[in-house]
Amino acid sequence: MILQINNDHQRFRKIVKGRIRKDLRKFLTRSELIGREGKKYISIPVRGIDMPHFRYGDNNDAGVGTGDGKPGDAVQGSGAGAGGTEEGKHILEVDISLEELAEILGEELQLPRIKPRGKHRISAERDRYSGIRQAGPESLRHFKRTFKRALRRQIMSGFYNPDRPTIIFERRDKVYRSWKTILKPQSNAVLIYMMDISGSMGDEQKELVRLEAFWIDAWLRRNYQGIESRYIVHDVRAGEVDRETFFRIREDGGTRISSAYKLARALIEHNYSPEEWNIYLFHFSDGDNSSESDSRECCSLLTENLLPNLNLFGYCQVASAYGSGNFINVLHEQLGDQETIITSRVNTKDDIYDSIKTFFSAGK
Amino acid sequence: MNIKLPKEIAEQAEIIAEYARQEGLDFYPTIFEMLSSEQMSQVAAYCGFPKRYPHWRFGMEYERLRKQHRYGLGRIYEMVINNDPCYAYLLADNMFVDHKTVMAHVYAHCDFFKHNVWFSKTNRSMIDEMANHATRVRRYIERHGIERVEQFIETLLSLENLIDAHSVFVRRNPQLEPKSQPAVNHTREAARYPAKGYMDRYINPPDVMTAERTRLREEAAQDSGRFPAEPVRDVLLFLLENAPIEDWEADILSMIREEMYYFAPQGQTKIMNEGWASYWHSTLMTRYILNDDELIDYCEHHSGTLATSPGRLNPYKLGIELLRDIELRWNTGRYGPEFDACDDMAVRRVWGKEKIPKERVIGRGSPGREKIFQVRAVYNDVTFLDEFLTPEFVEAQNLYHYRYDPNTQRMVVVNRDFDKIKSQLLFALANHGQPYIFVTDGNFRNRGELYLTHRHAGADIDIKYALETLKNIHHIWKRPVHLNARIDDEPILFSYDGEQSTQQHIDERVDAPAHDF
Repeated sequence: MILQINNDHQRFRKIVKGRIRKDLRKFLTRSELIGREGKKYISIPVRGIDMPHFRYGDNNDAGVGTGDGKPGDAVQGSGAGAGGTEEGKHILEVDISLEELAEILGEELQLPRIKPRGKHRISAERDRYSGIRQAGPESLRHFKRTFKRALRRQIMSGFYNPDRPTIIFERRDKVYRSWKTILKPQSNAVLIYMMDISGSMGDEQKELVRLEAFWIDAWLRRNYQGIESRYIVHDVRAGEVDRETFFRIREDGGTRISSAYKLARALIEHNYSPEEWNIYLFHFSDGDNSSESDSRECCSLLTENLLPNLNLFGYCQVASAYGSGNFINVLHEQLGDQETIITSRVNTKDDIYDSIKTFFSAGK
Repeated sequence: MNIKLPKEIAEQAEIIAEYARQEGLDFYPTIFEMLSSEQMSQVAAYCGFPKRYPHWRFGMEYERLRKQHRYGLGRIYEMVINNDPCYAYLLADNMFVDHKTVMAHVYAHCDFFKHNVWFSKTNRSMIDEMANHATRVRRYIERHGIERVEQFIETLLSLENLIDAHSVFVRRNPQLEPKSQPAVNHTREAARYPAKGYMDRYINPPDVMTAERTRLREEAAQDSGRFPAEPVRDVLLFLLENAPIEDWEADILSMIREEMYYFAPQGQTKIMNEGWASYWHSTLMTRYILNDDELIDYCEHHSGTLATSPGRLNPYKLGIELLRDIELRWNTGRYGPEFDACDDMAVRRVWGKEKIPKERVIGRGSPGREKIFQVRAVYNDVTFLDEFLTPEFVEAQNLYHYRYDPNTQRMVVVNRDFDKIKSQLLFALANHGQPYIFVTDGNFRNRGELYLTHRHAGADIDIKYALETLKNIHHIWKRPVHLNARIDDEPILFSYDGEQSTQQHIDERVDAPAHDF
């Protein structure tokens, strides 16, 4: 009996992906996805995959049950909104890997696959233990093979006693693992996120940043094997924090953007040589810098130290109730002609879709 | 690919079959196969058939079943196909006692398939037929592309419940119809009473005759224009015969329809069939097959199968209890006018008790046993409950009637009123709990539009689903389609013309279809 269910299953997965693609804009705004990035698979509820039939409406819900209960008692097991529990049957949860999701994201946003910058392509050497040889250090002795050889020899020479199956190795029985060195082209990337945590960045703004960062992460991971993320927060001073803190921390006070850029410069100089790393720098802010002079300093930092070494500098300005939001304009005026700098404004969750598209449509 | 049926299980199958035959069960040859749980999910997604036409719906079902199994939300113990020979599957990682229970259960199902009249018209070589369908669909896919074929099937699946499960029993061949039917007035002549010449204009007044003649002529004109001549329940058949579809589409439509007719009796007899199978696995296991050391496991699994939960009726439980109730009633004579007339509850409760012999279970040949054999042959769920549900039974089973309460947004117990419970049960079972949809005009407004009518039976249809379904019918009919349905006691006409869905209140300004309810 040969079953072709696998074909049907594949078709179904394909249709599900199509459904997700159609609703991608909605998925991009779903904050539940975040926090599951450690897991390989994400469960996604897919709506509207059931076939419509002529059927009775839910307002006619009634039935016969069995068990105890007086008139007026709630039927056990039917939570609030029994119409809702009925509804649940039509939603199917489908497991999908984050990689597949990123793939869909890429296809739907028509993001080109990122080509690692040519001269930064490096080859990593990796040793793989795939061979066998007669000589080697004892720590690499292949026990199973050695044992088998000894056993074979003992049986052939008649020394083997099934009642007392002792195996004694000789020198000629021993075999050792050996390695081959494999050159693997490898492209590394580092993502440096910077966030303004001055008083004007509220929870809503942070939520936007979280979502945007999640999808940036998902897409770049799809494109690089090894990826590192660093997080910088700043108000008037800047400091490096871990991921958790990055999205939680809240400070009051003013804003001096240049402080963050200086720290980013230091990070890159010390840890990530542009020869070996694809470097992505993202800055989220409400665009309210403390002074004109600081804005000017930022621009010169960018042009002289940062931009030449980067794949991409993405500046994402979130709307805020306070402040002028002028920084994005400064960037446009001063550095509008630079290719590696891309800016976008995110006012609501719905803008994330377009923002991601803006950032990566150049394929850098 | 499948695990070979172990010898001891094959031996047990023979032994159990022999006991079952002794008790009077009669079944097709039954072939057991053993599957791993993964394979079981695969086969279950195909409704038990090894081969079905390729479609993603089966993949979806497979995903659902596999997940359900993985999270321990449910496992499929048994599956059996109505076919000659019957095929049944055993789950490999079950215990030995489970296999025995399942086999006993399966033999009773096979007996039911063979003898219940509602199954009498089903194709007994359905395994071959399904494989045949698969081949045909695959050929169409090669010719027309998977997208087109799959899309068309998807459209049809949305309409697949629009069949008339009773139609297979209707004999439409006019030669077989009784001759004594009242002669239809084919001449369309106004009836003239015999009268002597001079009395004629009093007995058959000319103005009445003229009026009658006009009426008949009008009726004739109307009748000849009626299409279809009668409201049609089998919407799929109507589409098959009249919709402008290509040959391959018509072929697929006929296959889907055939499969639905094959599955229909299983829907019509769910409670009886499972009740019958549970009755027999319980009887055979406890009386003949069970070993002492298997008792606890058997009890656990048997009670798991029959477990009830509030708000949900377990067909296994309802079926077996009702069959046992019938057996008891017929053994003790608790039926017939004499019993019905008795309204002393104390007397009713002990009625005929002396007829029950000392040993608890009454076997073959007892009136009760004979009665349930008869019941399994001629009833379906609707008639079964309609005939045999009694107030005593409802009370003993602790049944109640519940309804959605908009105030608390919960299901609440309404009462334990027998009539209400019975009518609710019958409503849920009639037409498999689905609305009655008829084609009432195939040439609506003389513009080739399709007019469907929902015959309201106490519940409104779901508007959102109806609109989507209309779109799918439009795919096939290719002209505007309409559905007349009562929503909150207002007649509404839902329409889809290929571009947009509309709905309007039906009043005298809206044209009437060829047939009206």
